[in-house]
Amino acid sequence: MDLPLIWAGLIAVAVMLYVLLDGFDLGVGMLCHFADNEEERSIMTATIEPVWDGNETWLVLGGGGLFAAFPLAYAIIMPAFYLPIIIMLAALIFRGVAFEFRHKAVRKTTKRFWNGAFAGGSFAAAAMQGLILGAFIQGVAVEGRAYAGGAFDWLTPFSLLTSASVIIGYVLLGACWLVLKTEGVTQQGARKWARRALLGATIAMAAVSLATLSIDPRVTERWGVSMAAIDFSKFIMVAPVPIITAALIAWLWRDIVMKPESAPDWRPYLLAAGVFLTGYVGLAVSLFPYNVPFAKTIWETAARDNALGLMLAGAGVMLPVILIYTVYVYSLFWGKVKPGDGYHG
Amino acid sequence: MELDALILSRLQFAFVVAFHIMFPAFTIGLASFLAVCEGLWLKTKRDVFLKLYLHWVKIFALAFAMGVVSGVVMSYQFGTNWSVFSDKAGSVIGPLLGYEVLTAFFLEATFLGVMLFGWKRVGRRLHFIATCAVAIGTTISAFWILSANSWMQTPVGYAIDAAGNFYATDWLEVIFSPSFPSRFVHMMLAAYITTAAVVMAAGAIQVLRNRVAEATRYQMRMAAGTLALLMPLQIWAGHWSGEIAHEYQPAKVAAMEGWWESADKQGTILFGIPDEEAEITRLKVEIPNTSDYLFPGAEELHGLKEFSKEDRPPVFITFWAFRIMVGAGLAMLVIGWWGLWLWRKDRIQKPGLFHWLAVPGGALGFVAVISGWVTAEVGRQPYTVYGVLRTEDSVAPVAAGQVGTTLLIFMVVYAIVFTAGVVYMARIATRGFDDEPAGPPEEERRAPGSPMGAVDEPAKTAEDED
Repeated sequence: MDLPLIWAGLIAVAVMLYVLLDGFDLGVGMLCHFADNEEERSIMTATIEPVWDGNETWLVLGGGGLFAAFPLAYAIIMPAFYLPIIIMLAALIFRGVAFEFRHKAVRKTTKRFWNGAFAGGSFAAAAMQGLILGAFIQGVAVEGRAYAGGAFDWLTPFSLLTSASVIIGYVLLGACWLVLKTEGVTQQGARKWARRALLGATIAMAAVSLATLSIDPRVTERWGVSMAAIDFSKFIMVAPVPIITAALIAWLWRDIVMKPESAPDWRPYLLAAGVFLTGYVGLAVSLFPYNVPFAKTIWETAARDNALGLMLAGAGVMLPVILIYTVYVYSLFWGKVKPGDGYHG
Repeated sequence: MELDALILSRLQFAFVVAFHIMFPAFTIGLASFLAVCEGLWLKTKRDVFLKLYLHWVKIFALAFAMGVVSGVVMSYQFGTNWSVFSDKAGSVIGPLLGYEVLTAFFLEATFLGVMLFGWKRVGRRLHFIATCAVAIGTTISAFWILSANSWMQTPVGYAIDAAGNFYATDWLEVIFSPSFPSRFVHMMLAAYITTAAVVMAAGAIQVLRNRVAEATRYQMRMAAGTLALLMPLQIWAGHWSGEIAHEYQPAKVAAMEGWWESADKQGTILFGIPDEEAEITRLKVEIPNTSDYLFPGAEELHGLKEFSKEDRPPVFITFWAFRIMVGAGLAMLVIGWWGLWLWRKDRIQKPGLFHWLAVPGGALGFVAVISGWVTAEVGRQPYTVYGVLRTEDSVAPVAAGQVGTTLLIFMVVYAIVFTAGVVYMARIATRGFDDEPAGPPEEERRAPGSPMGAVDEPAKTAEDED
């Protein structure tokens, strides 16, 4: 059994679930900045309050899982993206406690501070994740078993592009989530943001995809696509990814921009999640089998087989259980959020 | 002292982990307290237990959120600041942390949503199950993190390959390393005691502010009982832990006790100033020959001079952290027994000296937890994996400037978050039970007949009338 490959798949799924789940709640966090009033802001946060803790746990599984399954990759990547990771963590701290603190603040200025921390923290966390993504795709300088680059290697035009894309993408997810969970004026506002974000996301996705192709010859080779020519014999193998992505985006345009009234409220979120999913698969196609692009592969960085085996036994039992109760809790809180649905006193 | 990346990384880790541990220590105990309250409410149908639950669950939500976000930091610190340790020990430590995420974190985080927001959506029994799931999750989490840390203290069941990386040869030995049972018990008791001290302090404030409700009396009695019962157990667990350390980490025990010379009998130093240069403990107040009782059967009690200087832990910190922990523990023992006595005399709800002391006493649990961890972790130095991997060989290749900057970021962020969190928690805790806001928004929220509907009615029982 190829344990490193299985674990690469599991961690990829964990990170994917993190992006889809915390993605919408970071998106809602950013959109809170544009809420018309305190009541609307409370409705927006109420849509994510019961689930944000669980959503963020996927990030812990991503980090912890990388440590456990690919300690060498973890040991190289974390120092490489040192500053953006720590800023992301600080941002997540602010927005995490702001969920609770904004209800407890008495004075107007402190309330405004925590509202700002909530939106700003969500924004900064998304921005840092985007920077890390871009720097990751561009590759990491490695010597021996350690990171060998500088403190600011992660800051490049490409990583700024991916950062903007992740922000826009999360706003899209968040707006679609609000379309699903709210009604009336709040839902109208969410639809407006969904339209704007979809336009941005469409452009961003195309730009990142094209730029990624020219990052490294190995990526170009994998896709058979370069600025100069397309090698159809290679492209045909991976063509379903961009084709499905394009189809999903077209469908989203129909549901959000052209005929929003005829689309069920759950569909935009599902479609937006689908776009993220195909984008993610495209990324995996580009980078496989590197988990420290383009220096170390999953097999070079994997933990011992007995460690991976022990964890696989645990994950085999626990992940289905986790998914079952996660789905259960989501279904428990299914439906539109109404004013005053919280527990706060 | 030169501020290089190593010392800055150590400071940063000490700071973020000390900040973090306060919240799990508190929420492990509080989750169990809430489960007990809700269970008693379901069993006895008495409103006072529901009141206690609804009151403390608000504080729990705040503390839990702070624990979660500061915990996310921890899962990245190993890599950002201790990447060489992560690379070398990942195949042993990693799975333990992986199991913590899989078996505990998801359970706690997911059912917390039901616990806080599910009143209207699930039945009472299911809600109770959610509370229990969170309480159990916090306990499982403590199990794994103590397992990982105990392996670093007393590593067994491993081998080292040609590249210098650790791997497990026997997982059961790794998970249940020699120091694990005693340290797990010690930590769980510490969590319950910390929470009890806070609950007691909150009650004492309400008494002093003349806001005694039935729930105030109940929470003080429960806290006094918990402290009085668990503190003696904790002293025993601490001693058990010390015996194990004596066997496996003699240099740590020598530093805790301030022993420099090896001897077959040693005393207990109550006060002293260890001088690491002169290799002597100055100004010491000592009870001689206590080792006959504390470490019976020990042939020789090792002094620090037996270890070469570069293999000794920092003596001053270890020595004093240990004393602060013991002192805080003994003070909580006094609070517990005193409270029990006042309860018997039916004076626990009447303001007095006890209450003035019990209020600052609410911090003692945290003091003990942090100084206890400092004893354990500084006492483990100069190693990350005791006796095998040195701290200086574990640090990440990150420049001092970056580590210093991020340390500053953490200090600012945690100072803001901590201050705000403590203020908000204290506000709820001291507000008491009689003036729980029950304005229009609450009425809207709580459907008549729903579990929360109950608290909108003024809860009157026979005891309120006496």
